[in-house]
Amino acid sequence: MAQIKLDQLAHSYDANPQTDADFALKQIDYEWDDGGAYALLGPSGCGKTTLLNIISGLLTPSRGSIQFDGNDVTHRTPEERNIAQVFQFPVIYDTMTVAQNLEFPLANRGVDSREIRKRVDEMLVTLDLTDKANSRAQRLTADEKQKISLGRGLVRYDVNAILFDEPLTVIDPHMKWQLRTKLKELHDRFGHTMIYVTHDQTEALTFADKVVVMYEGEVVQIGTPEELFERPDHTFVGYFIGSPGMNILPCKVDGAQAIVAGHRVALGGRYHVDDRARIELGIRPEFIRFAKTHEHGLPVWIESVDDVGRHRIAKVRLGDYQLNIIVPEGQELSATDHRIVIDADRCGIYVNDHRATGVTA
Amino acid sequence: MITKTVNQKAWFLVLPVLLIVALNAIIPLMTVVNYSLQDTFSPGVFFFEGTKWYREVLSSPRFHGALGRQFLYTGIILLIEIPLGVLVALAMPRKGPWVSVCLVLMALPLLIPWNVVGAMWNIFALPDIGLLGYGLNWLGFDYNYTQQPVAAWATVILMDVWHWTSLVVLLAYAGLSSIPDAYYQAAKIDGASSFAVFRYIQLPKMKRVLIIALLLRFMDSFMVYTEPFVLTGGGPGNSTTFLSIDLVKAAIGEFNLGIAAAMSILYFLMTLLVCWVFYTVMMRGEDT
Repeated sequence: MAQIKLDQLAHSYDANPQTDADFALKQIDYEWDDGGAYALLGPSGCGKTTLLNIISGLLTPSRGSIQFDGNDVTHRTPEERNIAQVFQFPVIYDTMTVAQNLEFPLANRGVDSREIRKRVDEMLVTLDLTDKANSRAQRLTADEKQKISLGRGLVRYDVNAILFDEPLTVIDPHMKWQLRTKLKELHDRFGHTMIYVTHDQTEALTFADKVVVMYEGEVVQIGTPEELFERPDHTFVGYFIGSPGMNILPCKVDGAQAIVAGHRVALGGRYHVDDRARIELGIRPEFIRFAKTHEHGLPVWIESVDDVGRHRIAKVRLGDYQLNIIVPEGQELSATDHRIVIDADRCGIYVNDHRATGVTA
Repeated sequence: MITKTVNQKAWFLVLPVLLIVALNAIIPLMTVVNYSLQDTFSPGVFFFEGTKWYREVLSSPRFHGALGRQFLYTGIILLIEIPLGVLVALAMPRKGPWVSVCLVLMALPLLIPWNVVGAMWNIFALPDIGLLGYGLNWLGFDYNYTQQPVAAWATVILMDVWHWTSLVVLLAYAGLSSIPDAYYQAAKIDGASSFAVFRYIQLPKMKRVLIIALLLRFMDSFMVYTEPFVLTGGGPGNSTTFLSIDLVKAAIGEFNLGIAAAMSILYFLMTLLVCWVFYTVMMRGEDT
């Protein structure tokens, strides 16, 4: 187990990267706490697998260094770094039995055979695979195979970190929950540092203590699930996290007010922003509500209302912009009078996609 | 209750296939069966002989000799070409501009007509003018494939290895290329040695293509005719007379139709049997 430090790390698949765009992974400095459960979240091609492979040692970064507990391991092999990695598609050794698969990493490291027996038996119990110990691994279902991949990492008690590269992609939906619960349980029990790559926000938010959101090769925010929801640092985080995502409305800022489609909207603080920059107002659909009869509000057109179970999502038009609003269960929508109220304290102002800090009066 | 429409006209749709198969397989084969059971002295006059030709063939030392040589030849070919093919495939680059160069080089021998291969090696190995034959003699080896059985065997085998190892290479390479990177990465993380990677990842993943390679190389080498015929003509003496060469000698050289037909049937059955045994043994415990 180790604390992992990324120091001015960057990676490009080009031999001679010229511009920022040549980098698959733009510069990142971060320390991963020992024993933490992290998720790397982002859309396909955002560099999350690149970052994971750099941590595991399958890739050598073009710039910067990576340290485990203060030791530079930038040029060490995955074996020397003593990490485990679980891949998107279950990797199992077809010709071996389940038990032999679990023995393999230990046998390769010359662990004493009695010790191997003991650990493998324990691991079979942990993974609920005892009854399948002696059957050929090839015959198992995808989720069982993925458990074996995981088990091959866990039998090595002393691994510095366990890395997951979208491990649940090929697993049936009803098994995903079980496996994720199992992962959580194993994390609580063994306390390994776990880094989990996914493009599924539910997976990331349920698994991790801290979520690292990546976008176009850049880490745009690192935070707890609550922080990502309440205070997205980047417009991408806003609309990637949440269902539906945050409403992003082009606007102008005038002190403690934003001007959206000709209407003034109160903000939670005063902002001083450069007028030449691209300025947007971000507000989550959860924090907009329809105005009561005599309340002041912004006039909107309702385009559609979708019932998604626990609540309804209203798509409305404010001037030229479309917004999503979450309508709580049981609330009636007035037939004619459609005005909305935006919660000032929950508004964020984004300058060139990055959140600006307001000054509260 | 669903009522099925019964329409016997459907049989007509099968007719073309049946005709083609009959013309190109069943009728020729039955002609051979016919010859193998009868004797003839003049055109159109046949006598039924029962199993006489079969008994004669099976008890003839000449057939035993040819069969023995055939199995020895095929055995040596498989022992050399399969491992060599796998080794070459492992050594080939997996990515980059050299991949296509290697593939083209590998495919070249396969594109040469078989009798040309025989003729090339015939000249290449001649002790007085061929590069190989002359070179070996210049180096002090007494080598003359037209007179020494061992030299003839070595040349025939070398020729086959040169001609056909590429096929095994290409198949094995295809098998290797289909292994996802994650397997190699996982093996690295599990601390596997390169031998363990070969033994537990590459070999199992290549198993299916290797079975195909083995079957193809078995059938082709067991039925080999053109190349050794052009190279040595079955000689010196009978030393490289394999089954097919012997068969042609009996059928066309000696016009022994009954013997030749019986040999053909036995030859066919042996090939079929060995292929079946290979296939069942190797696919055992394999999920389809």
